[in-house]
Amino acid sequence: MVRIALITLAMVFVALFIFIPVIAVFAEALSKGIGAYFAAIADPEARAAIRLTLMTAAIAVPLNVTFGIAASWAIARFDFPGKQTLLTLIDIPFSVSPVISGMLFVLLLGVRAPLGGFLAAHGIRVIFAEPGIVLATLFVTFPLAARELIPIMQAVGSEEEEAAIVLGAGGWQMFFRVTIPNIKWGLLYGLVLCNARAMGEFGAVSVVSGHIRGHTNTMPLYVEILYNDFQFAAAFAVSSLLTMLAIATLIAKRFLERRVVPVKQAPDELAVKVAA
Amino acid sequence: MSIELRNISKKFGDFVAVDTINLHIETGELVALLGLSGSGKTTLLRIIAGLETPDTGEVLFHGEDASDVSVRERKVGFVFQHYALFRHMTVFENVAFGLRVVPRRARPAEAVIARRVHELLKLVQLDFLSDRYPSQLSGGQRQRVALARTLAVEPKVLLLDEPFGALDAKVRQELRRWLRRLHDEIKITSVFVTHDQEEALELANRIIVMNQGRIEQIGSAEEVYHHPANAFVYNFLGNVNLFHGRIENGRVFLGDTAVELENTHAHAHPETGKAVLYVRPHLLEIVLKPNGKQTFPATVKSINPAGPQVKIELVAEWGDMVQVEIDHERYQALHLEPGANVFLRPKEQKLFVYSI
Repeated sequence: MVRIALITLAMVFVALFIFIPVIAVFAEALSKGIGAYFAAIADPEARAAIRLTLMTAAIAVPLNVTFGIAASWAIARFDFPGKQTLLTLIDIPFSVSPVISGMLFVLLLGVRAPLGGFLAAHGIRVIFAEPGIVLATLFVTFPLAARELIPIMQAVGSEEEEAAIVLGAGGWQMFFRVTIPNIKWGLLYGLVLCNARAMGEFGAVSVVSGHIRGHTNTMPLYVEILYNDFQFAAAFAVSSLLTMLAIATLIAKRFLERRVVPVKQAPDELAVKVAA
Repeated sequence: MSIELRNISKKFGDFVAVDTINLHIETGELVALLGLSGSGKTTLLRIIAGLETPDTGEVLFHGEDASDVSVRERKVGFVFQHYALFRHMTVFENVAFGLRVVPRRARPAEAVIARRVHELLKLVQLDFLSDRYPSQLSGGQRQRVALARTLAVEPKVLLLDEPFGALDAKVRQELRRWLRRLHDEIKITSVFVTHDQEEALELANRIIVMNQGRIEQIGSAEEVYHHPANAFVYNFLGNVNLFHGRIENGRVFLGDTAVELENTHAHAHPETGKAVLYVRPHLLEIVLKPNGKQTFPATVKSINPAGPQVKIELVAEWGDMVQVEIDHERYQALHLEPGANVFLRPKEQKLFVYSI
């Protein structure tokens, strides 16, 4: 009885707050017909926003994954002064509101700031331009891969890497033949999370973007503009793309999670049977 | 290849793991580094392999300083305590690893690698498991795969860290014998670390007993067991009873009883001082009647007749627990019961005396 009640409650909750809104997004997106839907997506400004979002993710994800591998490897393998500080610093983007992250870059790199002024004088615009968007995205996605990889690196340990070196492998051979295969599912998972956040980030990007249509609008920013212009169908059409991306990400995450399970050692009896 | 260690020291923070070790290992020897955990034996092994850098001193292979030779060029085989098999590779790929990472110019052809791997897997009797993953193997099988993987690169020196530590008793016995035979066959200079004295005594040509980063004694099984250099070695190798007493003008007192002891292997010692008497359980005799000053009284506490010897626990007059092992015949003759008052006579003992 309790079981049925709880399951029903959970189901109703999920339907109310997740399933129905998602359906609503697609329903609203298609409310003016399939033609209008594709027209909204094919709009040059929409395409520019999609392009910018994809480009941002294409830069931010590899950089952060590279950083994540380097940081997690250093943290798991070595003791060095400042290790705890590094661990804390990695978490800062998680604990700071994205809007403040954006403000931080404006303060640092805006035309009125010394560094920003210097760059502007040399013809490099950061704030209200693509570089600012990429930087802000990098900042907010910074911890995702590293956080995912640190515990895995620690759990895997360094023995296999040492074994590889003793067997004559060079540093890169060890890295690609032993280290990466051991963390690959965690790595993919971190990649998926990082990508989702990079494409969906609103707050930080909003502050540094300047909302220049066709130039510095990412998909989430573009959705807001359309919405504020009362172009609901178009706003939801672009939203539906982001939603599909989110769903694909979640499916990928779900699929990967099942594989990130730590490698269990088979019990001896089983192996003995195999041997026999 | 011979190994020589000169003045090797290594600290981790304030902890002295290895303290000025000098050691020579001959080509083809099978040597055990025996000690408790924390005695520095694993650190020493890792220093030989090049996985740890000593703070001072040098490692020489075949008389040549290897300090600047990197791990991958040292030609050592290292078998890790938990085997460190590559979990994402099959048994075959694990064994082939060392051959595949050879620079392309010198890398053997695929057919040669395959042949070599199967040869090695046959040597360790696991050829039928070549396409399994490490997680599908038992502990003993993993151990043998690790060994085959190490031998694939034809190391000049084989280093094994607690090779049988993680295995159950039966498998351990078997693998021990197997490793002994393997060493007899391929005659590779081998050093293994163990905390198990029985393992060291049974397997090694020479045993190096380590304690707190230092070498306490180096010798054959016979030497370290029967002629221990000091109290630590005696205590560490085999069960032993410790009797704390004192020595006054050359006479040994245990509690208030003066005992006159035959067959005492005493080291040069002062005539007066604190004395510790070491007696192995099988070298104590139980008698029912006192025999002058050669016996001391004790009370039977418990009896365990399971096993080849009867193990009896007693309490000496002055409160020390005493373990005695006697054969079943003697036990039958004595009619012992818990609570019985008897006398103990050491047949052979070691006396270590410390000046006060």
